[in-house]
Amino acid sequence: MDLALLTALNTERAARRAAVVVTHLASGVQRLVRGEDITSDPLAGDIEAAVRAGRSGVAGEGEARVFLNVHVPPARMVVVGAVHISQALAPMARATGYDVTIVDPRTAFATAERFPDTPVIAEWPDKALPGLALDPFTAMVALTHDPKIDEPALEAALKAGCFYVGALGSRRTHAKRMERLAALGLPQAQLARIHAPIGLDIGAANPPEIAVAILGQVIGALRKPAPAREAAA
Amino acid sequence: MQPEIQPAPSPASLAREDDVLEAAVRWRAEGKAVALATVLETWGSAPRPVGSHLVIDDTGNFLGSVSGGCVEGAVVTEAMDVIDSGKPRTLEFGVADEAAWRVGLSCGGAIRVYVERID
Repeated sequence: MDLALLTALNTERAARRAAVVVTHLASGVQRLVRGEDITSDPLAGDIEAAVRAGRSGVAGEGEARVFLNVHVPPARMVVVGAVHISQALAPMARATGYDVTIVDPRTAFATAERFPDTPVIAEWPDKALPGLALDPFTAMVALTHDPKIDEPALEAALKAGCFYVGALGSRRTHAKRMERLAALGLPQAQLARIHAPIGLDIGAANPPEIAVAILGQVIGALRKPAPAREAAA
Repeated sequence: MQPEIQPAPSPASLAREDDVLEAAVRWRAEGKAVALATVLETWGSAPRPVGSHLVIDDTGNFLGSVSGGCVEGAVVTEAMDVIDSGKPRTLEFGVADEAAWRVGLSCGGAIRVYVERID
């Protein structure tokens, strides 16, 4: 491997951007495909599928066989609201491989006792989120029910291109929320990305079941190709 | 003389000491010859997933793993040859392979490992 290629790969990894090293196995010839260049690559289909699955592997046949080594950053989940659902969601999300952070300015909720093993930031989203550097490999889950807390987080998540943005609340609550967010100048196409009412429709009846519904929806958003995702949403 | 421009320090979580690919670049910067081993394919119960890396320097120091300890010794030996020749090679280890049994892939799986020099 060329040292320059390896250095460029490490730059992408450090910046939490997807990158794939393509090695032609017969010749050893290699190239780095950055996330933004995947669609224009001759192997776009194979590479896109591998990145979405987060799985490296061999593609092609015979002389054309290539190894695709996929480097995607670990997915993160930012949960706004140190509430009962979050207490169930945080350990489940961690078990499925997410780095979880809880944000809630209400110090009665945001305590280490309520969230053992999960970092809790007892700050308003405006203060906490810049340090978390939201990105396309981050899921935003807003659960406080309080527009003052949830909405700045939703706005930041949409602007950062988070792969999943979801908010707790009934259809009526959400309709009002959409009006307020639209008034902030967020385009409809972005607002339509918010999953609300949050979670898969599995008839979840209590906080742990709602957490399962949310986590299932987050996983689908990460793993399923975009058209299927929109149909499912 | 121009002052040397130092890159901004990365957050600790992104440039960990045990990050294999960061170590490969660091070792090269220290003037060592370095080889990189990568798991290409696995069959059965292989302990490390496809894409896992082991980085080896010219004195046999290594970091990372391709099999959770089963075949690292053999890979390091092969890596010395790759560092000398500069020619990448693909190694196979599995239970059907007498040599692999000797180096101890006792988990019952099989793996194919690509070894290349960092140039």
